[in-house]
Amino acid sequence: MDTTSPEKIPFLRDPAKLAILYQILTVVGVGLLCYYLVHNTLANLERQSISTGFGFIEKEASFEIGESVIKYSAADSYGRALMVGFFNTLIVSFIGILLTVILGTFLGIARLSSNWLLAKISAIYIEIFQDIPILLQLFFWYAFFYEILPSPRAALNPMSGMFLCNRGLIFGIPVWHDAFKYAAIALILGCVIIFFMKKWAAKRQAATGMIFPVFRVSLAIIIGLPVITWFLAGAPTEMSIPKLSGFNFKGGLTISPEFTALLLGLVLYTAAFVAEVVRAGIQSVSKGQKEAAMSIGLKQGHVLNLVVLPQALRVIVPPLTSQLLNLTKNSSLAVAIGYPDFVSVAGTTINQTGQAIEGVALIMMVYLIFSLSTSAYMNWYNKKIALVER
Amino acid sequence: MRQLKRVVPAIVAAFCLTAGVVTAGTLDDVKAKGFVQAGVNGDLFGFGKPDAKGVWKGLDVDTARAVAIAIFGDSQKVKFTPLTAKTRFTALQSGEIDVLTRNATQTLSRDTALGLDFAQVNYYDGQGFLIPKKLGVKSAKELDGASVCVLPGTTTELNVADFFRFNNMKMNPVVIENTAELSKAFFAGRCDCMTSDASQLAGIRAVSPNPGDYMILPEIISKEPLAPAVRHGDNQWKDIVNYSVLALIDAEELGITSKNVDEMLKSKNPKIQRFLGVIPGNGKALGLDEKWAYNIIKQIGNYGEVFERNIGVNTPLGIERGLNALWTNGGLMYSPPFK
Repeated sequence: MDTTSPEKIPFLRDPAKLAILYQILTVVGVGLLCYYLVHNTLANLERQSISTGFGFIEKEASFEIGESVIKYSAADSYGRALMVGFFNTLIVSFIGILLTVILGTFLGIARLSSNWLLAKISAIYIEIFQDIPILLQLFFWYAFFYEILPSPRAALNPMSGMFLCNRGLIFGIPVWHDAFKYAAIALILGCVIIFFMKKWAAKRQAATGMIFPVFRVSLAIIIGLPVITWFLAGAPTEMSIPKLSGFNFKGGLTISPEFTALLLGLVLYTAAFVAEVVRAGIQSVSKGQKEAAMSIGLKQGHVLNLVVLPQALRVIVPPLTSQLLNLTKNSSLAVAIGYPDFVSVAGTTINQTGQAIEGVALIMMVYLIFSLSTSAYMNWYNKKIALVER
Repeated sequence: MRQLKRVVPAIVAAFCLTAGVVTAGTLDDVKAKGFVQAGVNGDLFGFGKPDAKGVWKGLDVDTARAVAIAIFGDSQKVKFTPLTAKTRFTALQSGEIDVLTRNATQTLSRDTALGLDFAQVNYYDGQGFLIPKKLGVKSAKELDGASVCVLPGTTTELNVADFFRFNNMKMNPVVIENTAELSKAFFAGRCDCMTSDASQLAGIRAVSPNPGDYMILPEIISKEPLAPAVRHGDNQWKDIVNYSVLALIDAEELGITSKNVDEMLKSKNPKIQRFLGVIPGNGKALGLDEKWAYNIIKQIGNYGEVFERNIGVNTPLGIERGLNALWTNGGLMYSPPFK
């Protein structure tokens, strides 16, 4: 700026100052809006004498929940009931995400396969599952389970100790024994060993060029270590076998039709989108890369694993994150088919206590936690695989 | 820029103003928009469900119509919002509906913490169990370990948990939000039994593929006074809803029906004269037309007629009057004097 200029720029014509003014006005406006909403809500609640606050968390829930991984009964608090819902959502999302990534990747690669039948089947699958609303798919799978499967008294018995009926898939599980605790510790230990072994193997390969069979040794450690521990701890083999008594099976582990229908619906639906994401990623790697890899004599598997996928992943990961978040959020449709996820339990809590605003705030918070942690992990992974330019 | 300078204070002022505004009474709101918005079940045959032609039918629907007639003298001036058990109270709290006539049980916590007020009970109910006859169960005490289909957000969800807990039995609830989806799962055999208010079970059984294959167990495990609800704090509106229901009951006690209501106008009985507005006073007290009660009975009949038309012994539901008979016949239906 010409500092000698005698004329001062008027305030309203100075774009820099105006920009600051606009920003202040916006902040004030948003602040007023928030104040208005909160104040109005509180005033309305007060006027209708609806109680507020999170005091209800401590009160006895006095309703039962169909399935739970933690111990729960109607005598527990609303807080405990909400925890049950939280873990139910966590489990279905976690298993769902794992299966979706596996199935989606497989479908995406299959769609590009030179095998005509495989490519066409994959394409048809993607078109069908991508185009039908997820809620309808959930209703379909749920109805499929309770309409097709027999009642517990006429349960299918495909193998000894396993039953299939409209109460779910019920199978024997080992009775709890300390040996399993030790085996679990051994498994974690095995993972740590593998982590360091991989580092060592990479270093050695870089230094000497010798390839260490990481995959095979890892597999041996993951399976072998827990098995040996279990054996040394006394090899307990007592099983809790389900038995029909009264209305239902007692003992064993039950996987309910609600859970299965929800998981199946979410995985099959989301996998179709993931498949397209994977296909886009692979197609983004130029053909020359693949040809170059082949021309230096790499095996088919190595071409995919060492050359194509590392480059494709950079394209795949961001939209993949978004699909996985969708899966988590879609799991809230569980309430339609009777799986007690967080939304379902929170909904009942809202209805029994009447504290809709607190309940909805909790629901939003839980999904925010799920989504932010998924995002954080995927962003970390994305950074890790990002192309390092040298 | 000048404009911005003028607009911003205006917006701020508008915010400050609206934050302070309190809505007018429900009666004025209803009169201004010209109809009553009523929350109903939507899926429950006999209580609240549209028929094949899309006309709303049922005991709860007629209760809402009575309110509309009291205000507008016209049973058509009411619009219905089908609500699930879970959404019903929120819809009322938020002002989406004016009155909730959706087989809702009056309880202490709903009356207080939920910010609701309940009017006169229009159906005395109790919770029962619907069960396939082929299971051979004769009593609810034999249900240990059963899978139970139940609607979420209901008092039944709590009652059934209490009942199983008290009797040292285990249950496995299957909770589905939508009545139609829940019934479908039950009739396909997903659950051993279904629990709800006995009247509701009768309604669900009536529209099932094979009603004869199912029975309602003798145990009634709870008290369920089903009553219309309004928002807490609007006393005039609550009075109108309350006395619209009571008018149905009082008319039955006085022997006034939709058929004889015009002759009754000539009655010498001062009770009847006051009820029908021949001797004025009741209408003014409620802020309504003096003919409000006459109009209700003329258009939809008294409580007995409403009951028999929707859920009585000659309907597919086939429910006896029982607790819902007049107090003079051994029931609980009792109206304070209309004077």
